[in-house]
Amino acid sequence: MIAIEDLCVRAGTFRLTGITFEIPTGKHGVLMGKTGSGKTTILEALCGLRNPESGRVVLMDRDVTALPPALRGVGYVPQDRALFQTMTVAENVGFALELRKLNRPEIDARVRELAGWLGIEKLLERLPRGLSGGEAQRVALARALAARPDVLVFDEPLSALDEDTRAEICELLARVREHSNATILHVTHSKSEAARLADVIFMLKDGAVALA
Amino acid sequence: MEKKSANSISASNASDRVFIAGLALIGGLYLFLILAMLAADASFTTPWRIWEALGSPEIRYSIKLSLISCSLTSLLSVWVAVPIGYVMSRFEFPGKPVIDAILDIPIVLPPLVVGLSLLILFQTAPGRFVERLVPVTYAIPSVVLAQFSVACAFAVRTMRGTFDQISPRSEQVAMTLGCSRAQAFWRVALPESQRGILTAATLAWARSLGEFGPILVFSGATRFKTEVLPTTVFLELSVGRLESAVAVSLLMVAAAAAVLMLVRFFGASRTI
Repeated sequence: MIAIEDLCVRAGTFRLTGITFEIPTGKHGVLMGKTGSGKTTILEALCGLRNPESGRVVLMDRDVTALPPALRGVGYVPQDRALFQTMTVAENVGFALELRKLNRPEIDARVRELAGWLGIEKLLERLPRGLSGGEAQRVALARALAARPDVLVFDEPLSALDEDTRAEICELLARVREHSNATILHVTHSKSEAARLADVIFMLKDGAVALA
Repeated sequence: MEKKSANSISASNASDRVFIAGLALIGGLYLFLILAMLAADASFTTPWRIWEALGSPEIRYSIKLSLISCSLTSLLSVWVAVPIGYVMSRFEFPGKPVIDAILDIPIVLPPLVVGLSLLILFQTAPGRFVERLVPVTYAIPSVVLAQFSVACAFAVRTMRGTFDQISPRSEQVAMTLGCSRAQAFWRVALPESQRGILTAATLAWARSLGEFGPILVFSGATRFKTEVLPTTVFLELSVGRLESAVAVSLLMVAAAAAVLMLVRFFGASRTI
């Protein structure tokens, strides 16, 4: 599960206080709110990229508040995908496995498995520059899924995609949930996206999170 | 009514032409000045005379020292500029604006003052201690140090711009995937800054090649010892050998042109 408990976090002059919500294990939680309401800030605190002033982040019954990002077991897909530009798609996808010192055949097998599943086999030897928005999103998803994290975090995964690609990726996210058994926190401001994917929806409004 | 608005549009077209002609005239005059200077240098001598001047042992020594010292300075500058640029781009800390201003001092300081400050620094107790271990003032290390003091500031500025343009998000993702901050730097940020590093190295090299003021004060102008290309131009001019001075100048023009092309190639316009 993902549990945020009485979290207080600051981003520059912007400050969120008393943020509390919980997503049960294996469920797809959607956090909605207007642009600039602090959704990404909460996400960053969950991933360990931003230190909270107070409160707790609990992932799969483990208090990770003081842990660095590397030890939290979170698969993070940021809004801009942030693919590693000097690595091929295959190297991007296998990055987390290489860090875990898996041997080459194991890494290759997992990369091929994910590539087949996400439809990026033909892209494996390419560099990220020149990939379409949908392709980049698939690669970012594969990279986040590679190490089989218990928690997945998506920041506006369908923004900046055209209508057809949006439907495709939406379908893919639904399949990710079924196959991975991960608990998902998905940030968006799109109601249709939330209605299509969410088991549980939270609204972030005026600095407070409430069940929608 | 329509006729009136059409008239005003054609009037505005005419004023646009005057405006663009004004811009072209001012820009053209400056371009002409640059090209006229180079053409004057080139017409002053012949390739044979350049070859003859380059055959002199003093000038050969100064070319060799310039190439070695500039390359050393360039390496040192990148080695220092990459960590400083990264820290200034990625971290917020108390006193950052002050440090930022200090890093720009060598760029705005008059070159002679840089040389004088180095000279005085090596007269202080710590400076004299270093001198006892390695002779610096009026020796070859002083040439590299004088060049480095200024060139590194340009390399730092370039590297900071480079890291500013690389989104920190990739490093953050790398950290969630299992990297420490140091691993994220080595495996993600540094490879992505490759072109910026090459630009910084090239700029530092070019800046060192033209450095004269600090070297004159801190290293002296001793033939077969601390003579680099700008020193040669100065020495040849001071004894009235204008053709040799022009020959060496043209050599520096060629090096500058090569550097300019390299910097353009590495995409300096994106990083500075």
